[in-house]
Amino acid sequence: MKKKMLSLVLAGAMTAAMLTGCGSSASTGTNDASAETAEDASATEDTAATEESAETTESTESNGATFKIGGIGPLTGGAAVYGIAAMNGSQIAVDEINEAGGINGMTVELNFQDDELDAEKSVNAYNALKDWGAQVLDGCVTSACSIAVSAKTAEDQMFQITPSGSAVECVANDNAFRICFSDPNQGSASAQYIGENGLASKVAVIYDSSDVYSSGIYEKFAAEAANQSIEIVSAGAFTADNKTDFSVQLQQAKDAGAELVFLPIYYTEASLILTQAADMGFDVDFFGCDGLDGILNVENFDTSLAEGVMLLTPFAADATDDLTVQFVTTYKEKYGETPNQFAADGYDTVYTIKAAAEKAGITADMSNEEICAALTAAMTEITVDGLTGEGITWDASGEPTKAPKAVVIKDGVYTAM
Amino acid sequence: MPEYGIMEDGMKKVSKTTKNNLITYGMVVLAYIIVQILVSTGHVSSLIQGLLVPFCTYVIVAVALNLTVGILGELSLGHAGFMCVGAFASAVFSLAFKETMPGGLRFFLALIIGAAAAALVGFLVGIPVLRLRGDYLAIVTLAFGEIIKNIINALYLGVDGSGLHFSMKDALSLNMEEDGLMLIKGAQGVTGTPNDSNFTIGVVLILVTLFIVLNFINSRTGRAVMSIRDNRIAAESVGINVTKYKLIAFTVSASLAGVAGVLYAHNLSTLNALPKNFGYNMSILILVFVVLGGIGNIRGSIIAAVLLTLLPEVLRGLSDYRMLIYAIVLIAMMIFNWSPNAIFFRKRLKQRFIGNKKLKKEA
Repeated sequence: MKKKMLSLVLAGAMTAAMLTGCGSSASTGTNDASAETAEDASATEDTAATEESAETTESTESNGATFKIGGIGPLTGGAAVYGIAAMNGSQIAVDEINEAGGINGMTVELNFQDDELDAEKSVNAYNALKDWGAQVLDGCVTSACSIAVSAKTAEDQMFQITPSGSAVECVANDNAFRICFSDPNQGSASAQYIGENGLASKVAVIYDSSDVYSSGIYEKFAAEAANQSIEIVSAGAFTADNKTDFSVQLQQAKDAGAELVFLPIYYTEASLILTQAADMGFDVDFFGCDGLDGILNVENFDTSLAEGVMLLTPFAADATDDLTVQFVTTYKEKYGETPNQFAADGYDTVYTIKAAAEKAGITADMSNEEICAALTAAMTEITVDGLTGEGITWDASGEPTKAPKAVVIKDGVYTAM
Repeated sequence: MPEYGIMEDGMKKVSKTTKNNLITYGMVVLAYIIVQILVSTGHVSSLIQGLLVPFCTYVIVAVALNLTVGILGELSLGHAGFMCVGAFASAVFSLAFKETMPGGLRFFLALIIGAAAAALVGFLVGIPVLRLRGDYLAIVTLAFGEIIKNIINALYLGVDGSGLHFSMKDALSLNMEEDGLMLIKGAQGVTGTPNDSNFTIGVVLILVTLFIVLNFINSRTGRAVMSIRDNRIAAESVGINVTKYKLIAFTVSASLAGVAGVLYAHNLSTLNALPKNFGYNMSILILVFVVLGGIGNIRGSIIAAVLLTLLPEVLRGLSDYRMLIYAIVLIAMMIFNWSPNAIFFRKRLKQRFIGNKKLKKEA
């Protein structure tokens, strides 16, 4: 009996793998009818059924060509929050575009693959997307993965645009662009902002030395601080292995007489720092980068502690412009959460691809190399009004030009400064 | 007459090991030829093509660990750490000589440097630990793997006109000249390593690894090592220097893991020491390859490493469920390999099959 069960399970797994073929959670080529018919079917049958109907739709609508966007990000593991947010954001954009008639008449399909925050897995995911027939790449969400994959996209001449890969090397190749600010950009922008607005002259920094994002920002912040006559009185580092107790770094900052603590880190650790600073009676201003976005949603965190925290972020979910309000409503409806900056980056990525594709006049019969060349040329000519900035433009280096926004947390909401 | 019988037995035994080893080599060569034919006729998806070098990497490190676990009988939980040492040593070398050396020679030297660095570290770790009895090697190697990962994450290394710069603080304190080249950038790791490794090199390295390991097992040294594993006191009583032989086996194992690291580093253009690729999770994964393939069974390690690397990628179609299925398959494989009932079932199946064959022969 046991053996039978086992063989059944294994056989089931194999058939499911064969049937689903190329990813189901993110494929969007399905129409409403197929979704309805598949609704009451069980999980594996569901994916199989939708896949089949997607295929039939493709064959019946011979003129309705598809434009395939591949996405890569961490969907499992510790950084899954970022990957899932970027995937959901991209998905919303794709749905909107398809509803409005697609790109140059082509239906957009998004296939978002997991890379588990591992460069090697990321390249595997990219290869899987190539097999699926991806024409442009929306990824990767994280820096290291993005660098590894960009070496491969340059080889294959596939157009790549990363929503949130902020390390400098992510866009080193001609075919790679990005939506977010680069790390150095954020670091020097923060220093400039603090210096120009005279927020403080003695600054302490607490950063994660084992994290590319955090140490990258810190380095450029330190370099720019010298020009802004900001004195860095203490620099406390921690690593991914000991990120629960920050009393040493805080005490160091306090003893050095810091007027402001710069936190180029993610919000989970920042919430702990704020709590521990309050416990030891260290009353000081805090300034962070886009990684702090999301601090108000941390569970069991007393948000009153975050009062007065300033952060440099391209996106605030509480902004009142139409685009943001609409995006946030749709996102909440669909996924039941408030979108963070990664979701906004993902959304903008898809719209940037759309803008560039329309500018370049991409058609379904073009090869990936042709699409890449056309889009690379078009990228420098387009201007995108997105969630993460208005009038974003790109130069050939792949870096976006947009104004950094600083917000301050006031009465529990992000308020523009 | 009795003497003849013994001799025949002896010859049979030797030829059986040789035959067994030849099957292992043949399997690798055959797999290589089949894959090459499929690739040249365009029957292999890009996913599988991209996985070919990782296959080689994990096969080598699994075989290397099997030498420690299966032949030496000690548990090592730090093979990802040795991989990490080999990977970073070779990647730094390759990056530094990227412009000034032809690819083939550079990779060959990188290979030697990676293997030597890992062997040295393995030797140093082994000196105190292998004198002890019990599970100390597992504990120390576990700690070692984590230490190496953290050191590399805090290490800044650069080269410019005035030589090498080194810091454990941050990139600014290197005081590099403008045109200097950053080799290791702390947590950001090594970026821009030339992609020198390919499937052919990987398979050649597998064959070299197999040659080293299989010959080691069948050598005088290998027999000494296995005698220590089976009965330490008996081995000591016949005058075998236990620490020396343990050290030899462990150093060879570490240097082979370093070779796998070299292959890994030259397959991707970024190299970071993350918990994911060089943490203890990876060490455990390598141990899983060895255990599921059969402890002491080199061929089994090869097959398990390939299957278990392939599985999560093939299951990509199941998206969110794939990790679940992966775990189920691991459990199923473990039951199939090790449960007494399953072993009995397999034996019966084998007997029936072989029995039928014999019957047919007689008929």
